[in-house]
Amino acid sequence: MAAISTEQAGAWLADYAQVIGENAAMLTDLDRQTGDADHGSNMDRGMKAVAALDVSSFDSPGALLKKAGMTLVSNVGGASGPLYGTFFLRFAGALDDGPDDASGLLGALRAGLEGIEQRGKAERGDKTMIDALAPAVEAFETQSGAGTSAALTAAAKAAARGRDEATDLIARKGRASYLGERSKGKQDPGATSMTLLLESAARTLGSA
Amino acid sequence: MKKLINDPADVVAEALKGVAAAHPDRLRVDHEQKIVYRRDAPRQGKVGLISGGGSGHEPMHAGYVGLGMLDAACCGEVFTSPVPDQMMAATTAVDGGAGVLHIVKNYTGDVMNFEMAAEMAAADSGVRVESVVTNDDVAVTDSLYTAGRRGVGVTVLLEKIVGAAAEEGRDLDAVLALAQQVNDNGRSMGMALTSCTVPAAGTPTFELADDEMELGIGIHGEPGRSTVKLAPAREIAQQLVEPVLADHDFTGAPAIVMLNGMGGTPLIELYLMYGEVAQILRKSGVEVARCLVGNYITSLEMAGCSVTVLRASDELLKLWDAPVNTTGLRWGV
Repeated sequence: MAAISTEQAGAWLADYAQVIGENAAMLTDLDRQTGDADHGSNMDRGMKAVAALDVSSFDSPGALLKKAGMTLVSNVGGASGPLYGTFFLRFAGALDDGPDDASGLLGALRAGLEGIEQRGKAERGDKTMIDALAPAVEAFETQSGAGTSAALTAAAKAAARGRDEATDLIARKGRASYLGERSKGKQDPGATSMTLLLESAARTLGSA
Repeated sequence: MKKLINDPADVVAEALKGVAAAHPDRLRVDHEQKIVYRRDAPRQGKVGLISGGGSGHEPMHAGYVGLGMLDAACCGEVFTSPVPDQMMAATTAVDGGAGVLHIVKNYTGDVMNFEMAAEMAAADSGVRVESVVTNDDVAVTDSLYTAGRRGVGVTVLLEKIVGAAAEEGRDLDAVLALAQQVNDNGRSMGMALTSCTVPAAGTPTFELADDEMELGIGIHGEPGRSTVKLAPAREIAQQLVEPVLADHDFTGAPAIVMLNGMGGTPLIELYLMYGEVAQILRKSGVEVARCLVGNYITSLEMAGCSVTVLRASDELLKLWDAPVNTTGLRWGV
């Protein structure tokens, strides 16, 4: 038994696609300040392709999320395509392991984080999406005894905190790293879109 | 935003239609996958050369597809790396049995997408793929803990020299070693007078006052290392050449030099800059054997320039002089 249903996975993707659409201009504007002004439009192109998938044609959440990962890899390009694509592919692959819903989701989130760390050769403190995802996984683990809803809410809050704390860091990975000291004080676009993904998960994947 | 476009979302696809219409004699365009092929690819027994990257750097890379350079170029969205599916398709299509070299500029996205493509190509098709990652930009402090230096101007010189070696029939190991040699011996530094506007974003990527310039830029309209006061060309040339010469020894060997425009600077200024650069190089004991002056690796309509110096050898000069017939570089044919 998977930790989430195929319908929940579909709702998560649909919610995230909508949120990315609403925030595309904001994400592109953050990227304009430290990168090359395309994060929002790239993510929007990818999530629109994901939202066009027919959820009813998938017989498991893992199959749907794996397809979503491949769709992002094939449609986004840049760094965010392989990174978010790898996140969903690894998340999907780990989803079925675990004695209960919370441990199944924790394993999936952790696998997604490890996938991003490997693909991006980045770690916490480099001022990337990992600075939102890593504290979120920790918060989820701490709260996982309280059920998936509470754990996901804690994870989303931790992601937002991590995103804000990363603003004061100097970027060491990705295009913002070329700015050196000048990246300090700028909010990271990847940590921002990752926080949106976890907030979206908290709205759609929780059960008591 | 004032641009000769229809819909910002269609810029790359519609530009490729124009490429296909303009050069049917030399190029074949896969519009679905956004790949530009050399008309006669695959060439049996020849190492296939593929590059690719975000669009907006024209003539790179599609302008370097043809005899003596690339077999295919994968075109991403403006300033966005292409996706692994494109590199996979191009790799299979240009393999003439001798394997394929991926020429990748060192940007996080490009490296990741090409890596995924190489993994998938090895697993699916059995084509032998090797990669060279260019990283010649001295503006970026190189460190194990950062994304590292960007791949910029040396990529153009590498595609020309390695293209000639592949055309000669050298095998994949030899072509890869040569590519590495070229990258290791080239350095670049760039500057901008203005920013540029990504069509999908609609406004300039960064702001510069009338009396300011951006030093140490890359090729994606990303801000550079520092914003400094505008200076006469003579001083700007110094600011570009000094860090290049400080980073590598260019004396005692012939050099290939490129004075590259970022897209929005007229040739008269580029030649003026080349004159300044050539004088500094001469005084510094660098013997310029070949040079290019013009727009070869650009950032849309950005005004500014970059300087690339490659420590060459008689062998590299011979490969440089070999025939090339692409829309961006053409001689000896």
